[in-house]
Amino acid sequence: MPQGEYRGMNLTILDIDHENVAYFGHCAEHDFHLQQCTDCGLLRYPPGTACPWCQNREFEWTAVEGKGAVHSYGEVHQAIQTQFREHAPYMILIVDLDTQKGEPSEHEALRIAGNLVTPDGELAPPELVKQVGIGSRMRMVFADVSEGLALPMWTLDEEAEQPENPWRYPQEYNGV
Amino acid sequence: MTSDVDATAPKYLRDKYAIIGVGETTYTRGSNLTTRALGTWAVKNAMEDAGIPASEVDGMMSYSNNDSTPSPMIAGDLGIRLNFYMDVYGGGSSSEALIGLAIGAIEAGMCNTVVVFRSMNGYSQVRIGGTGVRAAAPIGGDALHTSPYGWLSAGQNFSPSFMRHMYDYGTTPEQVAMVKVIHSEHASNNPKAYYKQRLTVDDVLNSRMIVKPLHLLDCCVETDNATAVIVTRAERAYDYRNTPARILAVAGRVCKPRIDMHFQHGPISTVAGYYIKDIIWPNAGVGPEDIDLTGAYDAFTFTSMLQLEDYGFCKKGEGGDYVSSGIMRLGNERPNNTSGGHLCEGYTHGMNMIIENVRQLRGEVDDYCPVDDQDRKQHTFDYSGGACRQVPDANISMNLGWAMPGTGSSMVMRKG
Repeated sequence: MPQGEYRGMNLTILDIDHENVAYFGHCAEHDFHLQQCTDCGLLRYPPGTACPWCQNREFEWTAVEGKGAVHSYGEVHQAIQTQFREHAPYMILIVDLDTQKGEPSEHEALRIAGNLVTPDGELAPPELVKQVGIGSRMRMVFADVSEGLALPMWTLDEEAEQPENPWRYPQEYNGV
Repeated sequence: MTSDVDATAPKYLRDKYAIIGVGETTYTRGSNLTTRALGTWAVKNAMEDAGIPASEVDGMMSYSNNDSTPSPMIAGDLGIRLNFYMDVYGGGSSSEALIGLAIGAIEAGMCNTVVVFRSMNGYSQVRIGGTGVRAAAPIGGDALHTSPYGWLSAGQNFSPSFMRHMYDYGTTPEQVAMVKVIHSEHASNNPKAYYKQRLTVDDVLNSRMIVKPLHLLDCCVETDNATAVIVTRAERAYDYRNTPARILAVAGRVCKPRIDMHFQHGPISTVAGYYIKDIIWPNAGVGPEDIDLTGAYDAFTFTSMLQLEDYGFCKKGEGGDYVSSGIMRLGNERPNNTSGGHLCEGYTHGMNMIIENVRQLRGEVDDYCPVDDQDRKQHTFDYSGGACRQVPDANISMNLGWAMPGTGSSMVMRKG
């Protein structure tokens, strides 16, 4: 049973939760995979037990490139969890993967959540938080938790062309 | 994805049921009472308000996040023998949904009169904000995709939807802050409100940032309280003390195409009201232009705005203009949350907004106005602080209940 402590939280994946065991297991190998329907071929996120578009229960795990652009975000200035407090403000990013964006309908996308982190996986310092907003180009990295369990995270894609002014909430707070 | 199903029902019960009694406890931060004692207090007040004896109440329903006391305990304490009860898991937007289910239970012949209550120590025991016991629980299953990111409270969860509305439509912090400003003005005329002080846009924008785009004063006030309403058939409703609030339509826990990680189904700046409007308006037989006052769930300033917009009170994307135009202010065209709502009166998962609208439709809001020798309010319609909050000629009201961006409920009532 994959289990580990992460920032003071006890993360546990039950063995019977096969979809999450496989999803986070791939992340632990730093090799992002999503379920792909064997019938209609659409990828889906988060892990689930059937295809939301054609109801097929059969799927295959397929490697997916962890690149995309920020669709929206939250920026937490008053953290709840103790071990997040020293890292506030921290960002919660929702990133549209380039893969399957706008499919099967215009406003749909594989929107993968994660914190904004440095390239080596640390929660971003304020000067990095200030650079990221809606439209920023991101690439996926992983935060290792334990055997069979790592969390997807997002860092700025150094090789991508970044928007000049990614959209950020207009009011700064404590300089961020 | 099956997102565009025909939402209209072949059968509805327009005008056939009514709310005959409402009641609540005081709103505190530290009740020093059990949810059983609070629930009993609120139900008793609703029964006294209706003038209904225990022998004529035979149904009871409640909702909670496992932070309440079940119906049979409250009923037993009050000497109510139940022909029907049901306690369900649920938070915001359950109020309207349970009133609809109460109608269903009566219509099915299971009972005659149902009390719906919510009892919560939302400050001193289980905080929705996610601190305390809730934050210490092990994390597994679906929560693995959210909580480990420091993404677990309601404000944190909803923040990307709120942000995206600002991005998509140019909604400004100043516009949204007006929701709090107006609700605080209303609360200043409500003796029950936890926060009665009138605030300005600057007060909101200068309060500390919790999670962008939510300042402290964009968030509601978690309180300890219980609330109750009594539902029965319209033809029985006139046997009791008050002018009934007749129910034109309800919609319960209507969802966007998916609500687990609802961000998968965009536009994420569109909320469940987009779907609810196709049920509630045809079933009620009225439209936004007919509504005299609204109770748009204000867990946050943004939730009122997003719902009013998607229900069609303004054009899509113009919610910021709507809430900052002054239209929602007492004395203007369509006041919202005249009690001060969750932002100022207290957090009740939507029940207090229903109670308020029932009293508004009766013309008997409990403000600071004087009473005559028969104990009836003599409303002055002076809306300055510490005065009146009665809406003149309130005939049709609407409640817009929020669970999350992807789920909501609704109810339209008329003066009986």
